[in-house]
Amino acid sequence: MHAAAALLIDFGSTYTKLRAIDLDRRIVLASGQGPSTVTTDISVGMRVALEDLRRRLGRLPRFRYRLGSSSAAGGLRMVTVGLVRELTAEAARRAALGAGAKLVGTYAYRLTAADMASIQGLGPDILLLAGGTDGGNSEVILHNARMLGSGTLDCPIVYAGNRAAWDAAKDLLAGKMAVCAENVMPEFNVLNIEPARAAIREIFLERIVHAKGIDRARDECDAVLMPTPAAVMDGARLLADGHGSASGLGDLVVVDPGGATTDVHSVASGQPRVPGVVQRGLPEPRVKRTVEGDLGMRHNAAAIGEMAGIPALAADARLPEGTVSRLIGELAQDVDRLPHDAEERALDRALARAALRCAMKRHCGSVETVYTAFGPATAQTGKDLSGVEVVVGTGGVIAHSRAPLELLETVVADPTEPESLRPRDPRFLVDREYLLYACGLLAGAEPEAALELALKYLKPPTEVLADDVAANG
Amino acid sequence: MMPDPERMPATTPRTIVTGVIGSDTHIVGNRILSMALEKAGYKVVALGALTPAPEFVKAAVETNADAILVSSLYGQGELDCRGFRELCIEAGLDAILLYVGGNLIVGKHPWDVVERIFLDMGFDRAAAPGMRVETVLDWLAQDFAARERAPRRQAG
Repeated sequence: MHAAAALLIDFGSTYTKLRAIDLDRRIVLASGQGPSTVTTDISVGMRVALEDLRRRLGRLPRFRYRLGSSSAAGGLRMVTVGLVRELTAEAARRAALGAGAKLVGTYAYRLTAADMASIQGLGPDILLLAGGTDGGNSEVILHNARMLGSGTLDCPIVYAGNRAAWDAAKDLLAGKMAVCAENVMPEFNVLNIEPARAAIREIFLERIVHAKGIDRARDECDAVLMPTPAAVMDGARLLADGHGSASGLGDLVVVDPGGATTDVHSVASGQPRVPGVVQRGLPEPRVKRTVEGDLGMRHNAAAIGEMAGIPALAADARLPEGTVSRLIGELAQDVDRLPHDAEERALDRALARAALRCAMKRHCGSVETVYTAFGPATAQTGKDLSGVEVVVGTGGVIAHSRAPLELLETVVADPTEPESLRPRDPRFLVDREYLLYACGLLAGAEPEAALELALKYLKPPTEVLADDVAANG
Repeated sequence: MMPDPERMPATTPRTIVTGVIGSDTHIVGNRILSMALEKAGYKVVALGALTPAPEFVKAAVETNADAILVSSLYGQGELDCRGFRELCIEAGLDAILLYVGGNLIVGKHPWDVVERIFLDMGFDRAAAPGMRVETVLDWLAQDFAARERAPRRQAG
């Protein structure tokens, strides 16, 4: 009766969520939930969640792994600094997003006294300092190291810029906790974000978890491995690539609309699919995460209203415009609000649809026609995801939706916008059990079980709907 | 005149940005030039065809380039290159060496007229159609040596 079990924990900003997994049968045993108590003592909410789990299971199994991810206490708040905005500053941004960070500030060129004051005010958990290719510009990154070194900012600094300038930068940063990772752009237009990502994760594991008080749950949790968005990303990567002889689903996109942001992850090369198309701009990482900080269904409901337009939202929700304006105003005041009635559910659906459509459009690349002296040529910027065959919806908004297909279908390519390279004809999967982050956490220790769980529990939306009908009828 | 080897550290080769400016897809000549530069020991950042002027400058900033060599083969060079030196000054590259070469202007104009137009724009050298790669290498050696002797003063 002692089947091997794993406990996967998400220390969220509102809830502490648990998933108990049977590693032999590769099934979810039960889920438990408690409040998020990171502001006082995170272990309190953890124990409430465990008690909830115990109630559902009868008694708790002995867990072989107890692994956590965290988006509590503001998530992993990061500031990035680079040289040219489209080059090393952009590479640094991508490294931070890839590490699951919440970007609170991005800077380029020389930091000024005003920049330093604003960074100080942002109070990041980690600062990523880039700038210059290896052997390239060192003047700006040394100026920035001098500014950071002489200031009072006391967060860890990951240096991932011109390698030739590190020795001098190290001296300028004396007294700060600073580590050196490989340059995010070692050669012009060559993206190398994996080492910086790894350095960020290590600092998260070794220092941030403690600094934020998340390690107070250490009696109930062996390790808080990574920020929750990074766990979702690892889950997406495993689901796409498979493990060993077990194949995954191939190229895919994961969308996660939330209260404060909408995240999109893609696992696909995104290279031009048509021969002769010229790729422009910085090379794209195969595993890419974008975060739309202005597309949150609660904190930024008003911004979604502005972006999509109240008349369009009203039409999509089939509500009078006055009602939509009033409800959006109320949501901004009451960000934890769950929809109470048909009107609020209709608005939530319209907000999620608008947020997803826009977030997907921003994540995917586009093509434009360039007219040369010898006829038109096509140039692509960003990733071509038109051939992606699987789109996965995760997060509370999609899991709790009565008709997730109506949300997910908005990410598909729009024939009136042929320049946007969104998936043309994908099939959809819904993470009804909110398991993708758990699979990502488990991917390091038990990749085969994690993959099988993901494949088993991500379901087509029609099937979800049928379950719902059965449950309600 | 050759550069003084004592003053050219062999470990850090000079960096040169190359590319074809504007909506011009003629890459072959530029590629030959880039290969020759590499063979001569320069570190080359080749941006390829269809490169807008600001991209040359951004690449030069990140790589701390010593020179930018702009190719233009389709006759629109005058339009594409206008303001190039100003862009460089704006980005803090006041003293960077700028060369331009190719079929720079449509129609039949005496080369000295064409050359004057580009030198007035702030390019240090303009290469006529049919210019040999060896000549460009000589120019670079001379101009870098001259700068070693008398570094151009920064503006301001």
